Amino acid sequence: MEKFTVHTGTAVPLRRSNVDTDQIIPAVYLKRVTRSGFEDGLFRSWRDADPKFVLNDDRFTGASILVAGPEFGTGSSREHAVWALRDWGFKAVLAPRFGDIFRGNALKEGLLPVELDTEAIEWLWDAVDFEPDLAVTVDLETREVRAGGHTWAFPLDDFSRWRLLEGLDDIGLTLRHDALISTYETTRPAFKPAVH
Amino acid sequence: MVGADPKRTLAEKVWDAHVVRSVEGEPDLLYIDLHLVHEVTSPQAFDGLRLAGRQVRRPELTIATEDHNTPTDNLLTIADPVSRIQIETLRKNCADFGIKLHSLGDAQQGVVHVLGPQVGLTQPGMTIVCGDSHTSTHGAFGALAFGIGTSEVEHVLATQTLPQARPKTMAVNVVGELGPGVTAKDLILALITQVGTGGGRGHVVEYRGEAIRALSMEGRMTISNMSIEWGARAGMIAPDDTTFEYLRGRTYAPQGADWDAAVEYWRSLATDEGAVFDTEVTLDASRVTPFVTWGTNPGQGAPLSGVVPAPESFATDAERSAAQRALEYMALSPGTPLRDIAVDVVFVGSCTNGRLEDLRAAASVLQGRHVADGVRMLVVPGSAAVRAAAEAEGLHEVFTAAGAEWRFAGCSMCLGMNPDTLKPGQRSASTSNRNFEGRQGKGGRTHLVSPPVAAATAVLGHLAAPADLN
Repeated sequence: MEKFTVHTGTAVPLRRSNVDTDQIIPAVYLKRVTRSGFEDGLFRSWRDADPKFVLNDDRFTGASILVAGPEFGTGSSREHAVWALRDWGFKAVLAPRFGDIFRGNALKEGLLPVELDTEAIEWLWDAVDFEPDLAVTVDLETREVRAGGHTWAFPLDDFSRWRLLEGLDDIGLTLRHDALISTYETTRPAFKPAVH
Repeated sequence: MVGADPKRTLAEKVWDAHVVRSVEGEPDLLYIDLHLVHEVTSPQAFDGLRLAGRQVRRPELTIATEDHNTPTDNLLTIADPVSRIQIETLRKNCADFGIKLHSLGDAQQGVVHVLGPQVGLTQPGMTIVCGDSHTSTHGAFGALAFGIGTSEVEHVLATQTLPQARPKTMAVNVVGELGPGVTAKDLILALITQVGTGGGRGHVVEYRGEAIRALSMEGRMTISNMSIEWGARAGMIAPDDTTFEYLRGRTYAPQGADWDAAVEYWRSLATDEGAVFDTEVTLDASRVTPFVTWGTNPGQGAPLSGVVPAPESFATDAERSAAQRALEYMALSPGTPLRDIAVDVVFVGSCTNGRLEDLRAAASVLQGRHVADGVRMLVVPGSAAVRAAAEAEGLHEVFTAAGAEWRFAGCSMCLGMNPDTLKPGQRSASTSNRNFEGRQGKGGRTHLVSPPVAAATAVLGHLAAPADLN
């Protein structure tokens, strides 16, 4: 996983709540067996249906921070939603609340899910709409978002923060405890099922 | 939590029994008893194993099936070459890594969440994961079951464990009894509308109360299945005699002395009297009536007897704008009686409502009746075994006599990854779990309903309950 420390970029205001992962990437793009190149599926239905959709708006070309409404990433567990955002060029998503599975997937891939309150999100929507070139900084070291003279703190547990700062692979971390896993396995009850 | 208070909830007991490693400031490392695999969310995980030179740690705790991409009109030909490659990739991965696979045409093939319970692999007190959000289904047995992403699929394949932060606990206390003709689906749709799509976020939920105890395992699975639709991490129901009778004699259920030991353990899992939940919610089952959705998320629902709501009737800006957008997408006007909404397609099936009891419920409404002119009705059993059991009872004859299509097992029209899709602008009544924009096909409009409402809707051509047929 790529490290995440501090990122400064421009932002896109996605003024919608309940952006489920079917919207982030429709199911037809999930048939692939590869792990990259999913940017063509990103918000594909909305991009096709509405010329005014924010990702079709030239003012926001090259933006790397998505600012969305509450319940972002609900629904399907598809990690492809994270891959599509990442492949498009996003480094962080800012929203008041995330779906749990999406949030977990994003943390695994180094796409930072940043929880800010509704007031901060609405300020950013208006500020970015007014000034699309506004520099927005997402600082994982200090757990802050900074833009236009404002600073907002965001919550993230110490362990997730450390993993992202170091760019560590979860499987590698877990395999350090291989002996503990083997010990646990000796304690499993005999009635637990095994496939045959 | 452990040590400080000996009274524990069901979720805490199952969690504690699976902790491999627990260190302050880090997520717990949980052992996973069963890993369910399907073709869509696994190929990149197997590739990851190959790149790192890793094996599947416990192939015998892993089982796979083909469901999302498979056609339901035949068992031989996957017409879409991209879908076919994904299925062939699963077959190769399972062969290479020694994982049992129930392929298209196999007697057990079907929707992954129907497979686990039907072969008895889903048991109380287990940890169960799958790269699919509806893994919550298995919580109906008192298992801790939750959906994961592909990175986590790879992690479980390699280590049989998952690092997980300890979730909060929530009780959903369902008081009162469900009225006649009201189903588990109506109950869960009513709950989601009450609490919203984010209401369960960060929590493992336990559904409790007499109305839950009175449900069959099929009904309980419908409830647990939709836990994710209100944001819960998992949705559990304490195991009881209903659970044990369902499991007894199934292929992977314990036998002999193991069965007795297992049942004794399973009985001990129920939440202790006086155990404290972080959050509690109450729902009155006696007030629930047939319930349908009108919008584009599962929290946008109303009693069938009601009307399409006005966006300005909602409390927050976010809800008002979401309702406005939903009504535009769904082409509905505020104040329209829900019973006046005409549909083009009716879908009975999915991991929510594709089990034998669901098919019986739909068939009992269709018996001696016919699907309305211009309406297409698909009945898709959740698995090949469900299909065989339904045919043994003659349900397929009821469906075909009524003019419905009797199809092979799979996810089908739940999610628009296989040939069963809505056309742009088409409207469905669907027993599935998501009414998201385009979920059942680009431009398609979905109303979530119970199996009896689906069948009555098919007969009348507009949203309806069985009582409307008399």
